[in-house]
Amino acid sequence: MAGEIKEKKTSLKYRAHELSSVDVQKRILSDSESIGISPFAKSLKTAGLFPLSPLHTEIFQVNVGKMCNQVCKHCHVDAGPDRKEIMSKETMQQCLDALRNSKIRKVDLTGGAPEMNPEFRWFVEELSALGMHIMVRCNLTIILAHPKYHDLPEFFKKHKVEVISSLPYFAARRTDAQRGEGVFEKSIEALKMLNAVGYGIDPELQLNLVYNPSGAFLPGSQADLEFEFKTKLGEGWGIEFNQLYAITNLPVSRFLEYLVVSENYADYMQQLAVAFNPTAAAGVMCRNTISVGWDGYLYDCDFNQMLEMKVASKIQHVSEFNTEALESRMILINQHCYGCTAGAGSSCGGAVA
Amino acid sequence: MSKSYYNDADLDKFGNIAEWNKALADKFFSYYGDVFKAGALSVREKSLIALAVSHALQCPYCIHAYTTDSLKQGADEEQMMEAVHVAAAIKGGSALVHGVQMMNKAKEISM
Repeated sequence: MAGEIKEKKTSLKYRAHELSSVDVQKRILSDSESIGISPFAKSLKTAGLFPLSPLHTEIFQVNVGKMCNQVCKHCHVDAGPDRKEIMSKETMQQCLDALRNSKIRKVDLTGGAPEMNPEFRWFVEELSALGMHIMVRCNLTIILAHPKYHDLPEFFKKHKVEVISSLPYFAARRTDAQRGEGVFEKSIEALKMLNAVGYGIDPELQLNLVYNPSGAFLPGSQADLEFEFKTKLGEGWGIEFNQLYAITNLPVSRFLEYLVVSENYADYMQQLAVAFNPTAAAGVMCRNTISVGWDGYLYDCDFNQMLEMKVASKIQHVSEFNTEALESRMILINQHCYGCTAGAGSSCGGAVA
Repeated sequence: MSKSYYNDADLDKFGNIAEWNKALADKFFSYYGDVFKAGALSVREKSLIALAVSHALQCPYCIHAYTTDSLKQGADEEQMMEAVHVAAAIKGGSALVHGVQMMNKAKEISM
């Protein structure tokens, strides 16, 4: 009988779980043979994409810390209230300096709950002053978590921040199963607060939702799911939003824990590998994104960041950021990358193919 | 040789039926693929119908495949269980409606 993860209120790191070691995770991911899948590098070669190289860097994704008010079962960051790693103001300043000297105009702020970083608002204000298009990956419940966050919708509006929020399903059971008891109800409340200031209604105030499967299966058609979400959230709660991004769960940190404990790992990886799509592979987000960790180190994406796979470049820290030098690097891969190339593909902006 | 009539891994080998008759297998899989494309019915509706039929047939391979596919297509637990009840109602009803035949026959041969 497969094991079941009981409601966990703590991170893998806090529990000193074996999978809190990136070496253990990488060892599992490196072994394609025992689960009967073709190595990711081989699939890329077949598609004529190996070694995977960057195109123009368009998105500067900053993970401002692992601290979060939620402990979602599928979190690839292993975030939670017990995580204390957050970006300092000094590192944020280095990000601003890097952006000032580059052509990048899009900044994607993620975490954890990025709003919990005490310097979050200062950082957004500075980015806004630089004329950046700012995206914030807001978990919704943070808006209700403490009175000091209640005005976040107004703050986002002031800087025309694009709000991207996770809502795994349009009903409580599956949302709460993944994100914690009561999360659905609070998320609905937060969405109403965002709608109230114009988010999802005013074309300048984009509110996009993220759907990701609550289990060991792939997302279906993004367009169909968006239609269903719009209908159900509209009819049920009068909620409006712009787009739905269907994102595949990648086997990293707590989603890897779920797969291993529930004995779904091999089957899930086979599903991903069978669904390898060369078109999706050509459009993977690591080709136009650079990911900055809480301590300023650079990665090909947020997943590689969590696996501590720093960019294969002589430039590895944001303090020495140089777009041209970074664009000549080779992107680091492992079997988790199948998550971004399956079916219609998956990126922080949803399907790619 | 497996000691079970049904082996989980065999589902992935479905395509192997082509080894002994490629022409017919190709026709079947091409037809199968077309049936499940969106048409007058959505992909999700087709998946839920397939889930219900799988239960009526009590086919473990089909239940495995269409439970996964229904979830993938965004169906929820309530919809999936309702689909199974539709299958159960039709199976139960199809047994019970033959009760009329029984009654007819019994009346025919009874005084």
